[in-house]
Amino acid sequence: MRAGTPDWPCLPARTAALAAAPSAVPRRSPSPRSQSGGAWQRREPCGAMEEVCARFVSQKISKARWRPLPVAALQPPDVFATGSWDNEDNRISIWSVGDVGSAGLNGEYQGEPQLLCDIRHNGDVMDMQFLDQERIVVASSTGSVTVFRHHQNSQTLSASHRWENAHCHADQYTACGGAACTGVICNNPEIVTVGEDGRINLFRADQKDAVRTIDNADSSTLHAVTFLRTTEVLTVNSIGQLKVWDFRQQRNEPAQIFSLTGERVPLHCVDRHPNQQHIVATGGQDGMLSIWDIRQGTMPVSLLNAHEAEMWEVHFHPSNPDHLFTCSEDGSLWHWDTSTDVSEKPSFLHQGGRSTAYFSHSTINQSVVSAWLSNDPTKDRMEITNLIPNQTLSVNTLDVLGPCLVYGTDAEAIYVNRQLFA
Amino acid sequence: MEELDTEPPVTVVPGADPARTQLCFEARGPSCVFVVRRDQDIYMETLRKLFNESHGIFVGLQRCEEERAVRARNAQLIQVSKNYRSVIRACMEDMHQAAISARDSALHSQYSIQVSILSAMELIWNLCEILFVEAAPAGPLLLRLLDWVQLHICDVDNMVREVLSSENPSKHKLFWNVVDIFVLQGRMDEARHLLSKEAIANPTSMNMYKILDDLMKKMPVPSVGNTQTLTEMELKWQHWHEECQRYLQDGTFASSSHMESICKILLGDENAILEKKELMTTWYHFLVTRLLYSHPTVKPMELRFYAQSSMDMFLGEESSPEPLDTILMAAFEFELHQVIKECSVALSNWWFVAHLTDLLDHCKLLQSHNLYFGSNMREFLLLEYASGLFSHHSLWQLGVDYFDHCPEYGRVYLELHIERIPLNTEQKALKVLRICEQRQMHEQVRSICKIMAMKALRNNRLGSALSWSIRAKDAAFATLISDRFLKDYCERGRFSDLDLIDNLGPSMLLSDRLTFLGKYREFHRLYGEKRFSEAARLLLMLMTAHIAPCSFWMTLLTDALPLLEQKEVRMLNNHADGLSTKGVQFLLVLLF
Repeated sequence: MRAGTPDWPCLPARTAALAAAPSAVPRRSPSPRSQSGGAWQRREPCGAMEEVCARFVSQKISKARWRPLPVAALQPPDVFATGSWDNEDNRISIWSVGDVGSAGLNGEYQGEPQLLCDIRHNGDVMDMQFLDQERIVVASSTGSVTVFRHHQNSQTLSASHRWENAHCHADQYTACGGAACTGVICNNPEIVTVGEDGRINLFRADQKDAVRTIDNADSSTLHAVTFLRTTEVLTVNSIGQLKVWDFRQQRNEPAQIFSLTGERVPLHCVDRHPNQQHIVATGGQDGMLSIWDIRQGTMPVSLLNAHEAEMWEVHFHPSNPDHLFTCSEDGSLWHWDTSTDVSEKPSFLHQGGRSTAYFSHSTINQSVVSAWLSNDPTKDRMEITNLIPNQTLSVNTLDVLGPCLVYGTDAEAIYVNRQLFA
Repeated sequence: MEELDTEPPVTVVPGADPARTQLCFEARGPSCVFVVRRDQDIYMETLRKLFNESHGIFVGLQRCEEERAVRARNAQLIQVSKNYRSVIRACMEDMHQAAISARDSALHSQYSIQVSILSAMELIWNLCEILFVEAAPAGPLLLRLLDWVQLHICDVDNMVREVLSSENPSKHKLFWNVVDIFVLQGRMDEARHLLSKEAIANPTSMNMYKILDDLMKKMPVPSVGNTQTLTEMELKWQHWHEECQRYLQDGTFASSSHMESICKILLGDENAILEKKELMTTWYHFLVTRLLYSHPTVKPMELRFYAQSSMDMFLGEESSPEPLDTILMAAFEFELHQVIKECSVALSNWWFVAHLTDLLDHCKLLQSHNLYFGSNMREFLLLEYASGLFSHHSLWQLGVDYFDHCPEYGRVYLELHIERIPLNTEQKALKVLRICEQRQMHEQVRSICKIMAMKALRNNRLGSALSWSIRAKDAAFATLISDRFLKDYCERGRFSDLDLIDNLGPSMLLSDRLTFLGKYREFHRLYGEKRFSEAARLLLMLMTAHIAPCSFWMTLLTDALPLLEQKEVRMLNNHADGLSTKGVQFLLVLLF
């Protein structure tokens, strides 16, 4: 039948270029500094000496989130929520981290997270977000989305609302099968969820039914969602596309589609810069961190070969957006720091010290272009640190707020660092 | 991987009715399903912390680089052993808390039993650390054994607290008990401190007290550093022993029976020590006390004789040794394999023996002792432990690292176990896939990707299915997906999931059918944009490249017809070199 393999040069030039093109955006491989290694230590006490508190909790942590602070709050966050996965009995738990330096009640290690309350959750916790000070929205692997309320007086949790089949497969032969809800994002009172069924739902916290549903928004799994503007969301999927959806438009098509060049590596997480809304970071299945500029082009601005396995979460620091945090299946958590000291002097005046200053061409007038969009972030001003000295199992989740970092691993442990920028 | 784009042959299953959707037994009468659980222990929540923390230590031990200097290596291994023990102790405390707060009495007893098991485990581990890991020589050996005994007889602290907190300690009924136990455990300073209270309260005994106090102060103990040799220590001790003997024989302590018995203990009188049986509670305490007061420079290899005789003397004729006693005895006899065997029999899961054996193997103490199926004892125990972990719905991830460090059979075990993990979400499948890819288990990768792709296809998620086949580089599946798309197009006249087909990129090259699909969609797009010459060129290429499935040729020809009417295409025919003629010939052949 076939005369042998087709002769590819016959193809139109455009396709050939596509097939064999090196990526227009060169990939860089930064390597992080490691924090002090040394012998494995259990339970470092919190305080001035050691920064990180660990606690083993007998459940694999899939999500950890700080409770948001009231607007005018001065103190650092002290309460966070976690969700577990892969248990017969999964739980949502609320933890409190005491003040550094104060004596514990039973003489336990100061600062170690204490369980305030927990509640059973049906299915794996796939994603979690605080809606406000008291309510948490949780996405489940059964396809349901639940709003839990934390009653602070009685220190209990209760399920206040549930959308049972927010995500499901419409199977041709059987009844509606559950599809995991993979991502949830809130902007009180609106909640947007995405799932393995390729559907996007827009809920309002007080309404029983979905305000808007985009069926078959994507033919592959949607892995994460985040708000771009109040009426626009960004989604990433398992064929390496970043899509912008505008809820003001009635048609069920994305407003824009961005994709990686080369291999269509699935994207697992997405976050938007807190101040400059056109800068978006995504993490891929091969551990690649991509920075995109939504205003221009359909390809990422820079690609950084970061982790050795799936990057599960990427977060810009909400108040210090020069800092970015990523965590991965390979067990590492990287802190990307592009901040520069205002009083920095050219390098020949600087002798050693932790933050070496590079003599960049725009030192006189500090460039207003964000460091993230600069052409070669690894060369210029980026400092990357691996915050985990002895990595074993995957770090599934992280959250930063103020000076505090919390992360959870598959080794059934939660870690809290309350002196991130010390 | 090259796979032919053919339909799979139909396989006939004898006895199966193709009309029915399930293959199963006919249900006759009421039936019930029993859930069988192996390894009940791993389901206890508090023990999970033990498994996780010890996993971290285990992996750290395997990965840490071997120190060159023997002493540094030894220190490293001792630190690892201490870490393991601190993990056991932490788990014990948690379990204790759980036991206290348990309202159900059955649960309470279960937790209490676990606490005692953990306590026994720590006792055994500590002894093994002293004798095998640290391999304490004569001298420091006794000090370590004293620490060991002090750590594990906890009733003492309660008694001491009670006596000290009373108003008149020396009049307390347990006062002499406490003094005795201090002496028995070699805690001379504390004993002297208490005795001083008695001396103040009872001035008549001041003389006796002073002498006893002096004797206790002067007692030679092995030093930790190398400030004196064993021989020096032995000489001093002999001298001191004789001094005690003299005082006793002179009747100095005749008026106080308590003090006299203390002096007898100092002299190592076995009967005097045995009188305090209730205080010591265990034969190994008796052993250590005996050694302290009769052979403080005991060598490790001599322990076995004293151990055996101590146990016989302590237990006497009534009671027989319990499992814990046999294990400790085997340790004192330096029979490592016996220790491990007895522990395996006595304990309900493999955690303890697996980790202890691994540590001892790192100390190079286990000869490679071939068991029936060729692997050594360390590997056998680790395989058993890890297999137990894999039966747990969540702890399987820990098991992976254990299999990694079993050189002979670990990989095979892992391959078999990892295929059987249930994959309910895509994220779990991704984690399992990553484990397989990191270990180059290509068969398992393909199998998992095929399962996930098939699931996606059944749910009509064609994009997901394609992304799974790309991950596995599964050309046959990509062909299947493309066929679905093309079938959809034929039935409905338009493409579904345009966002996928329009953005295939280089993954288009995975299979011929997929390439055809991508190119065909491109043809449609070019036609829609009225770029007819390019469209025609592309169509011709599709026909001549022979990547179109047979079922599609008619469609391609029908698509060609309107193009032939376009002006630009006719002009193209004059310029193109041979392609157009070939194309026309192709058409003619097919039409007739």
